[in-house]
Amino acid sequence: MFELIIISTLNGVLFGMLLFLMASGLTVIFSMLGVLNFAHSSFYMLGAFFGFQLSRWVGFWPALVIGPALAGLLGAAVERFGLRNAHKNGHVAELLFTFGLAFAIEEVVQMIWGKSPVDYRVPVALDFPAFTVFSTNYPAYKMFMLVVSVAIFAVLLISVKRTRVGLIVQAALTHPHMVGHLGHNVGRIFMLVFGFGTALAAVAGVIAGPALITQSNMASLFGPILFVVVVVGGLGSLPGAFIASLLIGLLQTFAVSINGSLASVLGPLGPDHAFLSDIWNVTVAQIAPILPYVLMVLILIFRPMGLLGTRET
Amino acid sequence: MSDISAPLPRPHPLGYETIRFYGIWIAAAVVLVALPRIFSSGAALTTFSLIGISIIFAMSYNILLGQTGMLSFGHAVYYGLGGFLAIHGMNMLAASKAWIPLPLVPLIGGVAGLTFALLLGWVSTRRSGTVFAMISLGVAELVASSALILRSFFGGEAGITTNRTQLLHIFGWSFGPQIQIYYMVAGWTLLAVIAMYALTRTPWGRMCNAVRDNPERVQFVGYDPHVIRYMAFCFAGFFAGIAGGLSAINFEIANAAYLGAAQSGTALFAAYIGGIGFFIGPIVGAIFVTYLSLVLSDLTSVWQLYFGLIFICVVVFAPGGVAGLLMKHRPVVRAGMLLSLLKAYLVALVPTAAMLAGLVLGIEIIVRHTVNATEGPNINVFGIGLNSTNPTVWLLSVGLAVAGYALGRRTWAYVARAWDHAATIAREKGYLA
Repeated sequence: MFELIIISTLNGVLFGMLLFLMASGLTVIFSMLGVLNFAHSSFYMLGAFFGFQLSRWVGFWPALVIGPALAGLLGAAVERFGLRNAHKNGHVAELLFTFGLAFAIEEVVQMIWGKSPVDYRVPVALDFPAFTVFSTNYPAYKMFMLVVSVAIFAVLLISVKRTRVGLIVQAALTHPHMVGHLGHNVGRIFMLVFGFGTALAAVAGVIAGPALITQSNMASLFGPILFVVVVVGGLGSLPGAFIASLLIGLLQTFAVSINGSLASVLGPLGPDHAFLSDIWNVTVAQIAPILPYVLMVLILIFRPMGLLGTRET
Repeated sequence: MSDISAPLPRPHPLGYETIRFYGIWIAAAVVLVALPRIFSSGAALTTFSLIGISIIFAMSYNILLGQTGMLSFGHAVYYGLGGFLAIHGMNMLAASKAWIPLPLVPLIGGVAGLTFALLLGWVSTRRSGTVFAMISLGVAELVASSALILRSFFGGEAGITTNRTQLLHIFGWSFGPQIQIYYMVAGWTLLAVIAMYALTRTPWGRMCNAVRDNPERVQFVGYDPHVIRYMAFCFAGFFAGIAGGLSAINFEIANAAYLGAAQSGTALFAAYIGGIGFFIGPIVGAIFVTYLSLVLSDLTSVWQLYFGLIFICVVVFAPGGVAGLLMKHRPVVRAGMLLSLLKAYLVALVPTAAMLAGLVLGIEIIVRHTVNATEGPNINVFGIGLNSTNPTVWLLSVGLAVAGYALGRRTWAYVARAWDHAATIAREKGYLA
């Protein structure tokens, strides 16, 4: 039991930090540009595939840098040449543009790497158990993922709160016109932020690829959960996104490891009807995928502004 | 819409207006009856049935997006649940030998869609815009994931099946042959489209547009935008359920894909490509999208990529959709400037088509080298057989794309000038505000 709690907590925090790597970019992009980037998880997927391809050519460590950089450049180009054109048609058009983009990216990935999972392996240098909890070996690669995501989080926090660039970005979030009057190129800031946000998502992709499955549907698996994170945390709130990421990461990981169902708790009281017995016999592990959405609906009913949001959603 | 003090048109305009008003619907009915006599092949009938279902679905979607300004990514929930309930309803009716014929079954789907929209809508429609979009996506994922868990009702991955011929036969129609299904779908399509048109003419329909354009002022005139959005959501759910029910009858199966994001995407694509600002937009879009997906999927394995690219182009370059593009030309045509504009279009068409051809050729070459490598080097693009390993073909692709773009840029500027000129003249003649 204790073992399960430790392992699940570690895995949950890890999953949460991965979510936050993506949700942070999504939140900042949403706050600045007012557009919800539907294709954000597609850049996460691109990161994973770039990581896979580059680690074949130049090795994992260069890939960890080059992959996100490529994805970031692509993201900046998307903002500059696509989103900015769609912007004049309003927010709905922007959202739809990113929706179409997500669709197209998935197709392009399928076109290049196929529909089946690619063989993206943990680098040899990290392919050993880091420590043993009771009888379970905890892989070093997962610790590495955790360290990378926590480090990025720390750097992000410091650069947003303590540096000049961070100040300008914060100001551009709320007062883009004033920032423009002060002589900053707001368009370029937007482009850079978009590129940086997508690069962060790609980092998550590069490091998550070997641990999860690198496949062309990974964007559509992750995308909706990202939106749940953003809604639960509160629209446009970075600390909210952080808490919600961890919350959802832990929630899902713990749910997956619990095998109980109503039937196992209440035993023979089970109903005869087929439909009800479905609900009766379903295990907590089975409903793990829908838990984030249940959480989102509950939040919307009881706290529509999200955990730390200031605007009512 | 813009001028509140303008007198409302009389409910039953006389003479020419009456003929025009009812004539369109009668003409539509005549066309629907005549279609299978002209195209009587089985494939054509199947295509028409699919288009009909798609029209209802896309139009129900447009109640949300076009008329009330709510961008939904989860409209397939109501379509899918309508389909599942219709299948279960058909199985029950067949088992109990009830006196209910097949053409009434889509109503089961409609009521199912309505019920679930009533249940899920109140929370979803609290806000519009981006928030609504995210919530609709979350609810859609919730329902779609639940469908895989509740196996006895949704049948898991395989779905559940039915037999449409087991229901009560009326007028000797067994509804086995596709032609009978076609007539049923056509009838429901006409009914649903008329009903949805009627909805847009009610005061509530007008308030929907007001909520889309300026929810704050709607509150000042004493309406609650939330309630209006909720009602729109319920109506949209009802018609989506009808479409789902028809689809269930057509395929005799319902599975979890009915509820999925891809299905929601089809409605969005159809409505938006057709044009959300016009009533006929989604009809045009549904016909276009359904036909294109059938044709393209025969021609190429990456048809969905082309689809996504078409959608992106529409979003960026023609946010009014196909219908919007056509309607934009109306004042120009009335000002008699169409010919000079067409000349500019023809000039621009050549390099643009060359560029697109180069891009398509490039995509097909890449596909042949990656996914379909086993099918040999010969590809067939626009009916021309080419060898995808031949460097000349690669050069041709790149050359067409680059040269087409370089030349195209100039001609696009020329088109823009021609358009400005035509619009100026139309404005001078008073056809364009």
